[in-house]
Amino acid sequence: MMDESGRMGRRRSHHKFSEERELELRLGPPGEEKEEEEDCWSHHHNENKRERNSHESDQSPLSLGYFSAQRIYNFQPKASSFLQNMSMVGKESKDAISSQPCRSEVMEFHNGAVCAEKKALSSPSSANTAASNNSSQKRSAAGPVVGWPPIRSFRKNNASGSTSNSKPPLGSHHHNQHKHHHHHLNLNVEDKVANTTNKEHVNNISGSPNKGMFVKINMDGIPIGRKVDINAYDSYDKLSSVVDHLFRDLLSVQKQKQEEEEKTMILDGSGEYTLIYEDNDGDKMLVGDVPWHMFASTVKRLRVLKKSDLAALSLGGKQGHINH
Amino acid sequence: MTHSGSSLPDLPNSTSTSGPMSEIRSPPPDRVLEIVLENVLHFLTCRRDRNAASLVCRSWYRAEALTRSDLFIGNCYAVSPHRATSRFRRVKSLTVKGKPRFADFDLLPLNWGANFSPWGSALADSYPWLEKLHLKRMSLTDDDLDLIARSFPSFKELVLVCCEGFGIAGIASIAANCRLLRVLDLVESVVEVADEDEEVMDWISCFPEGETHLESLMFECVDCPVNFEALEGLVARSPFLKKLRLNRFVSIPQLYRLMHRAPQLTHIGTGSFCASDDVAVGDQEPDYASAFAACKSLVCLSGFRDILPDYLPAIYPACANLTSLNLSYADVNADQLKPVILQCHKLQTLWVLDSICDEGLQAVAATCKDLRELRVFPVNTREEVEGPVSEVGLEVISQGCRKLQSILFFCQRMTNAAVIAMSKNCPDLVVFRLCIIGRYRPDPETQEPMDDGFGAIVMNCKKLTRLAVSGLLTDQAFRYIGMYGKLVRTLSVAFAGDSDQGLKYVLEGCPNLQKLEIRDSPFGDAALRSGLHHFYNMRFLWMSSCKLTRQACQEIARTLPHLALEVIDSQEDKADDHIEILYMYRSLDRPRNDAPKCVTILQ
Repeated sequence: MMDESGRMGRRRSHHKFSEERELELRLGPPGEEKEEEEDCWSHHHNENKRERNSHESDQSPLSLGYFSAQRIYNFQPKASSFLQNMSMVGKESKDAISSQPCRSEVMEFHNGAVCAEKKALSSPSSANTAASNNSSQKRSAAGPVVGWPPIRSFRKNNASGSTSNSKPPLGSHHHNQHKHHHHHLNLNVEDKVANTTNKEHVNNISGSPNKGMFVKINMDGIPIGRKVDINAYDSYDKLSSVVDHLFRDLLSVQKQKQEEEEKTMILDGSGEYTLIYEDNDGDKMLVGDVPWHMFASTVKRLRVLKKSDLAALSLGGKQGHINH
Repeated sequence: MTHSGSSLPDLPNSTSTSGPMSEIRSPPPDRVLEIVLENVLHFLTCRRDRNAASLVCRSWYRAEALTRSDLFIGNCYAVSPHRATSRFRRVKSLTVKGKPRFADFDLLPLNWGANFSPWGSALADSYPWLEKLHLKRMSLTDDDLDLIARSFPSFKELVLVCCEGFGIAGIASIAANCRLLRVLDLVESVVEVADEDEEVMDWISCFPEGETHLESLMFECVDCPVNFEALEGLVARSPFLKKLRLNRFVSIPQLYRLMHRAPQLTHIGTGSFCASDDVAVGDQEPDYASAFAACKSLVCLSGFRDILPDYLPAIYPACANLTSLNLSYADVNADQLKPVILQCHKLQTLWVLDSICDEGLQAVAATCKDLRELRVFPVNTREEVEGPVSEVGLEVISQGCRKLQSILFFCQRMTNAAVIAMSKNCPDLVVFRLCIIGRYRPDPETQEPMDDGFGAIVMNCKKLTRLAVSGLLTDQAFRYIGMYGKLVRTLSVAFAGDSDQGLKYVLEGCPNLQKLEIRDSPFGDAALRSGLHHFYNMRFLWMSSCKLTRQACQEIARTLPHLALEVIDSQEDKADDHIEILYMYRSLDRPRNDAPKCVTILQ
């Protein structure tokens, strides 16, 4: 049974989070990143070209060439976009940076299909070269992007919550075509490398993995809460980085007192805060104890609170066990 | 010669010198002119006209300031409350807007600002006669609402759009204390409601007994159950009620009862539009269509929050008269939409979900010849390759709805050809917002960027004032916008452009640009500098995840002292000088002192 908790060390070996893998390769000064990308592309370019069908050449080549890519190793959540996720991942794999040797292993082990998706993005088609004539123009289209598309969360929640009359969930559609699609549905990435029971389970969650599932998230002492779409993420890391982002200004106020410059992720155990959730039985649990999809199917609301306040609550499940 | 205080315009012969009735004298000659002017200026309602009048000379400035009763503050930080209340002494209606629009998408820190409190106290001091308050993207607490409720005995209208920070207690205070209340519209606001296990305050019961003055009650966004009996009683004793928008906790049988109580309603938000939980299958249900037949003045329908599509035919009796229909929370397919839409010949505004597919749009195009505004929202917001609506739907709409003025269209694929077609078929377009959800997506037919499509829009739609672009775009798109978008006031850009030149085209070419919001685009310092000549004419500029450096922002702050440059960053002591977010706006007053730690205001 695959361990899908937020445990960093063990997750490294599961290759479920291929995007994170990609990012490990890119940690380092900007110049280095580009070189690596080009190597990857040339390595995979030919096989990918065969696989892609002509309808999907609508993504620009993959790149982290934006200036903000340089900051991946700063491990700070950003206001923007997809790179926030990448940055947080970069942060957590701080330990992994030094383990250069695993890079090539990753490329081999990781059967390349997801790499293929990404690399499919990178194959310059004639259209894209018109748009971008240097590698710094290439953009990544991986992972959910904060604030994109520009729709307010309450609208997403309501639209997704209704009984579905629309087309059959695209998830099933994608299962057949994921090799060809350079989509970013991480759920499907996960499925591909996981076993079949996992795949079925994903489809069973709230009927459709593509529907949003918004749960309320509050932080102690702050009257204004937010909503997060649990179905948009496939890992505790991603959820945690989003939570960090949502409350970053409030967390950063607390941070003034600390020595380190880095913002710590809520779930990595070293910060002052932690994340708990309430499940459909009303029990309060520590986030990260159960496999992700189990969490995703039972979570009803989330709460950010100080570790010091944990003791005051009576938690269900594993008590006080924080992921490392 | 200055005259003291405020003269009452409707009593031109009363001057500051009070004497016995037998000694009424004519006012001095220059004062006569001013009094005449004040009387005339009363008829000037458009704020742009008033702004122009106030610049003629000092006496016109004063006269205008005394007679402006509707005050519009487009950016709460552009002027201090004190400055506003000092100049305009007799304001009865105030509109204040706070956060920039990108705050709706979580791009702004939670506690960034736009707090209503300072405005609240200033208003309570200066405008005890205040009647209307309209706030957008402001942060206000229950205490603020309580202050409003208690400070203005003539208070009639409260409209809160996209606001947050308050809860049921604040709303209850308004209900209880504003005896002359006509309008209570809570729209798309985040209302803090109690947790499920806590008791929900019954704010509906806080309205006083007896006949009310209510004309409009909108509480769709108040996401907690209401006391239906109290609500029904309230509706029954509100003979002037025309607009009623219910939240999703009101079921269709409850809606039925309310509609029969208030057949004079013109605007209805239907609530959940499904049966309540305790209705078993096979129960005798009322004839819901009769309620819609009874409301003969119904022109606007919205809601349908948890719709059971089986109930949709109930609205048939109202379709022929509908001018506005909002199905954007209703996941209905083309076959379910068609019987409804084919009767809506008078429809001017339509909001839908893309679940209706291109086929549904075809039906809209075939029937709604008078359509002015269309919004198509996505059910699925992931960046997929396939989606239910596409260039086919857009083109069909452009052919059928020639009077279209405003469109917001989310899709997964779009071609230049379809956009060009719309630019030619719909010359009246004022607002064109196209969101291709997959970022950097080129035209799937030609693999070209979407430059030509948007270029055609700015070229052919000569009335265009608002534009939002998406898809794969090069600097060429911005060149078109700079060349042809001469009336554009609001521009939204995301994941677009190649270089500084793109932004330069826009800043140099669009003289009417007032609101510019950009995210994740490669525009840097040189581009920013090219707008120096224009920034004082703008309400704001937002740039996030672009290529700006703090140094460049600092330079601009020094060059233009009346610009506030807010640099918002979650990082401290970074290796390089690049910033995450720049929010820049003109401001007459000192920089605000209520900013959170992550915001630095450059001077």
